[in-house]
Amino acid sequence: MSLTETKTEKLEGWNRPPVIEPGGEGELLEVAMGPHHPSTHGVFRMDVTLDGERVIKLKPVFGYLHRNHEKIAEGASYLASMPYTDRLDYFCSLTNNWAYALAVEKLVAQEVPERAQYIRVILAELTRIQNHASSIGFLMQEMGASGTPLMYAFKEREKILDLFESLTGSRMMCNYMRFGGCRVDVSAAWLDAARKVVAGLPAFIDEFEALLTSNEILMARCQGIGVLNPELAINAGVSGPMLRASGVNYDIRKVDNYGIYDRFKFRVPLGDHGDIYDRYMVRVLEMRESIVILEQALKDIPAGPIMDPKAKIRGFRPKPGEAYGRIEAPKGELGFYLISDGTGNPYRYRVRPPSLINLTILEDMCLGSNVADVVLIFGSVDIVLGEVDR
Amino acid sequence: MQTVEEIKAAIEAAVPAAKVELILNPGPAAEHSLLLSHAKAVEIATFLRDNPKFKFDFLSNVSGVDWLDKEITEKVKVTKPVTKLVDGPDGKVEQTLEETVEETRKRVEPGYLESVYHLYSIALRQGPLVVRMRTANRTEQVEMPSLTPVWRSAEFQEREVFDLYGVVFTGHPDLRRILMWDEFKDHPMRRDYVEPDDFEYEPTAHDAVLKRSLEHKSGEQGTEGTREQEVGAA
Repeated sequence: MSLTETKTEKLEGWNRPPVIEPGGEGELLEVAMGPHHPSTHGVFRMDVTLDGERVIKLKPVFGYLHRNHEKIAEGASYLASMPYTDRLDYFCSLTNNWAYALAVEKLVAQEVPERAQYIRVILAELTRIQNHASSIGFLMQEMGASGTPLMYAFKEREKILDLFESLTGSRMMCNYMRFGGCRVDVSAAWLDAARKVVAGLPAFIDEFEALLTSNEILMARCQGIGVLNPELAINAGVSGPMLRASGVNYDIRKVDNYGIYDRFKFRVPLGDHGDIYDRYMVRVLEMRESIVILEQALKDIPAGPIMDPKAKIRGFRPKPGEAYGRIEAPKGELGFYLISDGTGNPYRYRVRPPSLINLTILEDMCLGSNVADVVLIFGSVDIVLGEVDR
Repeated sequence: MQTVEEIKAAIEAAVPAAKVELILNPGPAAEHSLLLSHAKAVEIATFLRDNPKFKFDFLSNVSGVDWLDKEITEKVKVTKPVTKLVDGPDGKVEQTLEETVEETRKRVEPGYLESVYHLYSIALRQGPLVVRMRTANRTEQVEMPSLTPVWRSAEFQEREVFDLYGVVFTGHPDLRRILMWDEFKDHPMRRDYVEPDDFEYEPTAHDAVLKRSLEHKSGEQGTEGTREQEVGAA
């Protein structure tokens, strides 16, 4: 059954998902996909209404991992929330740290020394590479390529996690950045090890691409599936590789130039069709651009302090005010909105989770497609439930 | 990017009878914000999204904030007539005099729930513009217009603000709880939220837990059934 039967009536101009009339003769079937389902990346449920194989309604259900992170942070001091941000998107704890540190630095107008900025860029780009590699691996796993691509990705991720572990003491829960710098300095030996890992990355991506990019099954399953048009993507607040795969040139590293991103030369890969294949391709190309940034940063990193000596650590009480800081995390725009009332705890602490907001248009992308494609479309959004439910 | 004052002037010129108030941010970030009145909020939002000078097409973040009732103690100088006995020619005489006295007065400024919207423009690569709306109070009048018809990205975020703060967004197409379960009462992100006792999970209740669980059993706990804002009623 084709999508031409789709009724696109509009509700007072609201950009809502189209209503699809069931065309088959059989009864409609309601299926709860999840919360315990291998394709849901954790505990997440989709209530899907099916007409035969065709999806005519899909409602995501959240909250299985909800722990009210924001409320807990309101009861803790500013610094005490830093380790907790690791647990949001546990694949990318270092970018979470950076987003939170950036918001607090904006709140108190705190400078960050040069060397710390370089360390932050290096760690964030390494995080981006391992996140994109494993998210592609999981996508292939869901497509039925059991094991191989995911293990290739995890082999490379392991090297990057070893770097994180030797620097921060933890593989995933790094708790590394501080307001006004970083916690420990990188050694010359660590930088050498990082250069070695980065030198090996292009070969890994070549191998990964040789395996996947022109694979017939991958193309058949991904091209033209889960199409997201750019107007809807912008209106629905989609960000990160999802937005760029739809052809919207918007990378916060380029737009805001936070940190020192204006010093590096890199390109922003864009998709053309906004389907699953474009999202895969944009992630691959972004990994390559991250390598370009890493090479420049590892070459230019200057000597110097890693903490601003004027940074206040004890008795940290920002003046009353508010600030919204955001970065380009691997999954999209990760922002922190903080309101200070002059005490040691934030009055309001809000996380802008890219994973949750990218799921707003999940129903729009899935309507009219087969139930087997829902798993792929969902996988191509690249979410982590720790961040969706908070 | 235009300053917030310029945007405010443009809104007032374009949308008739729009009430916009400038809220200053005293912190170093200096992201000042615009407080919108409920009546024209959707019109103003559409103007901000579609006007070629602004094009705020990307609603990034929606967050709820809870501001409690504030009790303000202030000293006021009051002039009032005081009757006194004054020495007169034939003994004591009552006389009324004006006297200025300092008095301590207490007044309660009603709290409100607020939702804050951070807007960016992808077309013009500028932002953020901070826009906020406030409810009349925290208990009965908790409605405000939904901006989901203007920006779809508010759909889940406004549901979250409804769930955790209890702001009822009128015009939201699908206002249900999103993170808490449907049967849950109350709104956990409010500042005065009291956590329920989990005495069921305490195998041998003692000390503080025992005390609280006894209170719980006597039915004095105030967290359940105090604020029922069902979606159906909205």
